[in-house]
Amino acid sequence: MADVLTFTDRGIYCPAGDFHIDPWQPVDRALITHGHSDHARLGMGRYLATTGTAPVMRHRLGEITLDTINYGEETQIGDAKVSFHPAGHVPGSAQIRVEVKGEVWVVSGDYKTVADGLSEPFEPVKCHAFITECTFGLPIFKWTPQDILTQQINEWWATNAAAGRTSILGAYALGKAQRLLTTVNPDIGPILTHGAIENTNEVLRNQGITLPQTTYATADITAQTHPGALVLAPPSALGTTWTRRFGPASTAFASGWMALRGVRRRRAADRGFIVSDHADWDGLNDAIKATGATKIFATHGYTSVFQRWLTEQGYDAHVVSTDYHGESLETSEASEA
Amino acid sequence: MKDFATLFTRIDESTKTTVKTAALADYFRNADPSDKLWTIALFTGRRPKRTITATRLREWAAEVAGLPDWLFEESYSIVGDLAETIALVLPPAEHEDDQSLTYWINTIKTLSTLEEEDRKAGILNAWNSLPTTQRFLFTKLLTGGFRIGVSAKLITRALAQATGQPEPELTHKLMGNWTPDTATWETLIEADDPTADLSRPYPFYLAYQLDSLDDLGPPADWNAERKWDGIRGQLIIRGGEHHLWSRGEDLMTDRFPELSTLKDYLPDGTVIDGEILAFADEKPLSFNALQKRIGRKTVPKKLLTEAPVILMAYDLLEHEGKDIRDTPLKDRRNHLKTLINQTPNETPIRLSEAVPFQTWDDLAKARDQSRDIGAEGLMLKRLDSPYLSGRKRGDWWKWKIDPLTIDAVMIYAQAGHGRRANLFTDYTFAVRSGNDLVPFTKAYSGLTDAEFREITAWVRKNTLQKFGPVRQVPPTHVFEIAFEGIQASPRHKSGVALRFPRMSRWRRDKPMDEANTLEDLKEMLATYG
Ligand SMILES: [Zn+2]
Ligand SMILES: [Zn+2]
Repeated sequence: MADVLTFTDRGIYCPAGDFHIDPWQPVDRALITHGHSDHARLGMGRYLATTGTAPVMRHRLGEITLDTINYGEETQIGDAKVSFHPAGHVPGSAQIRVEVKGEVWVVSGDYKTVADGLSEPFEPVKCHAFITECTFGLPIFKWTPQDILTQQINEWWATNAAAGRTSILGAYALGKAQRLLTTVNPDIGPILTHGAIENTNEVLRNQGITLPQTTYATADITAQTHPGALVLAPPSALGTTWTRRFGPASTAFASGWMALRGVRRRRAADRGFIVSDHADWDGLNDAIKATGATKIFATHGYTSVFQRWLTEQGYDAHVVSTDYHGESLETSEASEA
Repeated sequence: MKDFATLFTRIDESTKTTVKTAALADYFRNADPSDKLWTIALFTGRRPKRTITATRLREWAAEVAGLPDWLFEESYSIVGDLAETIALVLPPAEHEDDQSLTYWINTIKTLSTLEEEDRKAGILNAWNSLPTTQRFLFTKLLTGGFRIGVSAKLITRALAQATGQPEPELTHKLMGNWTPDTATWETLIEADDPTADLSRPYPFYLAYQLDSLDDLGPPADWNAERKWDGIRGQLIIRGGEHHLWSRGEDLMTDRFPELSTLKDYLPDGTVIDGEILAFADEKPLSFNALQKRIGRKTVPKKLLTEAPVILMAYDLLEHEGKDIRDTPLKDRRNHLKTLINQTPNETPIRLSEAVPFQTWDDLAKARDQSRDIGAEGLMLKRLDSPYLSGRKRGDWWKWKIDPLTIDAVMIYAQAGHGRRANLFTDYTFAVRSGNDLVPFTKAYSGLTDAEFREITAWVRKNTLQKFGPVRQVPPTHVFEIAFEGIQASPRHKSGVALRFPRMSRWRRDKPMDEANTLEDLKEMLATYG
């Protein structure tokens, strides 16, 4: 039987439906798993994404030809039957299921298996072949449970506020920041946001997602006007002059890489919170098992290690080279897609 | 051990000295006395004996985690630390009981008396009852290694804040061969120490690198000396005893036992600022010789004859029991000279002689000879200057020679450790030899984090071959390697060994065929070796 999906230098391609999934080169028809910049790129003839992903894509990519689809809704594209299913990565994020002549392949996009209180929770989709990310595909990555994480962040914030310090938390602008927003305790103090994050908040609020009240940190907002504040900023803004107005501050990063002591120390923040919108080791293994797939393709992350592990577990596992970055360590200053 | 883990995290994750000091001071105010003492012991390099091999720990951890050995190794190579890898891969603890640091250290001590089966059971039980950070610390203690960014100085400062005692007194209390088995918090820290005053050092005066000779005024106002390449030290002789302090306010008295004869020839109430040098036949030995002595608490006899040290005296701070730091350098040096002249020639002390000069040109010529004499350059001190404290501009300058440099090609890359695990920061460099490339040095510092990130991304994309953690890359990038000295070395394929090699510049402008050659390197060896 012919492959449902193939891997080209433009992206993941479906010959039966003549479309690409998350392509990184211009193509005519692109199906998009979610709005992060390494998955949703400019230059495609037309796009198809979930209703939850569309607003962010429009915000980021501007004027594009974009059709939307609901989770679980089936659509026929050429000879392929296509549907989108929650990936639990960020609001609106999807796994894409493609069925051709009874053979089912699923592209995971980015995903995590634990509910974050904001994104539509991950749903395993039965398939023959599963194309999975493995950004954190090593057994050293195990995420802090959400309740403990929340407690850690609240404690850090409250201690800083009591000591007259601002708390500056670095988190990726789409997904991570809002997820943290919904878990922190807004009674501790005011919540200020960097422009990049406030813009995304605005987009999400407009599509009906409830977020706690935040104040966009314009130049006149300082430690004097908002003492004891929690400031949410993209990681790239930390350590720049932008943070100076907040006076004495404690800085922290929220990222899966914070599981590693070396990274925590290198990033030179006062704290590192271990939290990611990607699946950890157990999450990846559980998700793969739940699909029932026998054929697995590993895209971004520790692909070769993960492939070997899967092979030993009895899967027909392959590495696929893509242009997705995941929560990349080298570029983690700016991106955690 | 929860409070110790909290302390560790606060120290480890912050780059701010004030935060670290406050965390330690907090701990010293509140923790259990026995835990406090162990903390001081651990942070100053006094640790329990290693009771188990790394290999066993690795096996057991992989077994408990249900991982094949290769996957454990892959994980280890990413994490860069065995104890951390173990702490991360193990399943979450099933029961947590918060025992003290002392309890766990005693557990580790008991382990050494047990058969391997029981040892294993003890360790697995500990792993299964400790959350990640505590588990990491416990495993660190098991493997013996314990490094954290805390200097002895920081510990004394925190202790001073917590106890209200002066820092030098505490430094003095912490010196010597105590262990938590021979001392208690009360006897070591809280009890009075009547001899503390005798060892109290003066703060060191430090110089900035000279930018230009133009602003110095007439040469006659200045004293020039060699800048010796050893360990700066302050020798204190009071009450018939001697103490030797490093610039970091470490007591080094026991590390350099040969200097103890100085107290027999120099009068009580003498404090000398100088440089510890490995020295023989009236010449400094290479820094390598001294290096063997650094970090050793006790010195084997063989080393004492191979690498004997002297104090190369720069300045006199206390004379006949009086603090004379405010008198002019000229006078202090005269007293110093008189003192040293009274000592027999076998005494391990020398005066750092003035370098005579009339003009700045003379001095520049003298500076050019530095490398031949085994010096790092010159020190310029105003003859009427007082002995100040800390790093100050104006009266004292160091005028170091420029490092040697060579342009080399990167051929292998390896991930760093600790702060830099996950980045490719350790490179092997080669020079050209005909159509071949001959590796001659490794270097792992000198670039910015941004540059390291850029190269890391490049290495990931351009790996030709992996040898364990080492990646072979195409010879593409040229770096300027700066170093302080070059020596013949039969152990190296290139025949040379460099001293303090580091990357001084990424030569993006140079293609690899413009890198230096083995010939160039050999020429340098002939000139400077
Ligand atoms: Zn991604
Ligand atoms: Zn993403």
